[in-house]
Amino acid sequence: MIRVLDAGPLPLTTVQDLGRPGHLRYGIPPSGPMDRLAFVAANRLVGNADGAAGLECALVGPRLEAMRPCAIAVTGADMAPTVNGERRPRWTAIALRAGDQVRLGPAKAGMRAYVAFSGGIDVPPVLGSRATYMRGQLGGLEGRALRKGDTLRLFDAPIPPARRVVDPPDADPGLEVTVRVVLGPEADRFTEAGVKAFLTGAYELLQQSDRMGARLRGPRIAHARGHDIISNGIALGTVQVPGDGQPIVLLVDRQSAGGYTKIATVCSFDIGRLAQQKPGRHVRFQAVDVAEAHRLLHEHRAATDRLVLETIGQRMEKS
Amino acid sequence: MRALEHLIQQKGVPGVVEMVPSYSALLVYYDPLVVGYDALCASVTAVTRELDTAVLPPARVVELPCCYDDPELAFDLEAAAVKLGLEPPELVRLHAEATYHVYFIGFTPGLPYLMLPERLRIPRLDTPRTALPPGSVGLGGGQCCVYSVESPGGFWIIGRTPLRLYDPEVSDPVLLQPGDTVRFRPIDRRTFGEIAAAVAEHTYRPVIT
Repeated sequence: MIRVLDAGPLPLTTVQDLGRPGHLRYGIPPSGPMDRLAFVAANRLVGNADGAAGLECALVGPRLEAMRPCAIAVTGADMAPTVNGERRPRWTAIALRAGDQVRLGPAKAGMRAYVAFSGGIDVPPVLGSRATYMRGQLGGLEGRALRKGDTLRLFDAPIPPARRVVDPPDADPGLEVTVRVVLGPEADRFTEAGVKAFLTGAYELLQQSDRMGARLRGPRIAHARGHDIISNGIALGTVQVPGDGQPIVLLVDRQSAGGYTKIATVCSFDIGRLAQQKPGRHVRFQAVDVAEAHRLLHEHRAATDRLVLETIGQRMEKS
Repeated sequence: MRALEHLIQQKGVPGVVEMVPSYSALLVYYDPLVVGYDALCASVTAVTRELDTAVLPPARVVELPCCYDDPELAFDLEAAAVKLGLEPPELVRLHAEATYHVYFIGFTPGLPYLMLPERLRIPRLDTPRTALPPGSVGLGGGQCCVYSVESPGGFWIIGRTPLRLYDPEVSDPVLLQPGDTVRFRPIDRRTFGEIAAAVAEHTYRPVIT
């Protein structure tokens, strides 16, 4: 069991697993982690299957207390994790004794941190997943973010060996993050100058961004003939452009369909980097074709599969 | 779109992960590690050749009880009737007599996209409301909307159903499916209250034929 000592005033920490695909036709998004690679790495560090339920913490992390021995790993954004006040490394399995207090602070670099627990969080699966979809009050802990006083049950699991990820990705995507996009499906609804603006401009990530979508502001993307279409499906990474010419990238908690023109789709392997960008910083879009996108996806998957876990010293002590 | 979705499902086209039908498009999610783009397009194109002869499973008819006669629930009924040049009872009759095809579900979980009879087409409200209660039945443009969760909206609200189109507390949270036929059955305020109470206790069985 894990007790939530403090989760801050905003609903920013949620239980996530790899999500619930297959329900978009009912308007239910997949949810799941925004930065899949960091999430999976955290699970592997504590000996879990990739899809075990853990926490996603946005902007600032919670304070937690272990009520029995377990191991945790913190990946993704740098929230300077401490155990009983002492700094502990990220991307590393950390053994906790009963009574140990873990604190994640505000994100110093990156935007979203992940906490995996050995065994994984035991909340009832809804439609086959433990992921939280807050707008739909579905999954996770009663469909909501963590609150002070919550307790999280963990599945029983052995304490894994102490290990770390060798060469973890940089938490800080930089002042400008470039993400790859495939143009379409409605890119022909924009002027040539509009598409050029989209592919050459720097777009500021706005404060209103969330798990549903990243709202951006930058050079206006001009429509050739109207911004409304007959509503149709929206994919992960779809970039829709309403009448104001400002792009919105739809993410894991997206609506299933929409009626704004779509200029491009951000490649799935770059969603994680976009998810780590902080509001106020910028995003650039770089076009690739489908074949190139698939080649990069294969590379990215191979890199995920190759995540090297290095055992450090002795097996962690049980207490 | 529903026929195409149905055929792709039935044939088990390799690599297809999930599909989202809409009015005039079908979004097909596929796993590029299983099938390439060109191969997938070829498979889907091959399937479209069988569209004319596809036999769809019969549509379910789902009855949505709807209370039109309480201004607290149907707060735009009078104004919408004025706008359409109809008496309110006439508007209600036209709305409840029609049958509605569920083209697709989306925007919010469980929200059906339904087309209105010609006579009930009405421009959307100039200023959308910030929060409409779930179950609100609205008219806007050429569409009839039944709000599935509390959401903002620019539709004229002419009634409310006590049913939950989306209920995260039950194992099967979404009531309607793409392809269903929906009918609205007028109920009075008292019946609305009774059904709403049964729905809250999860004892109400929707009428589906």
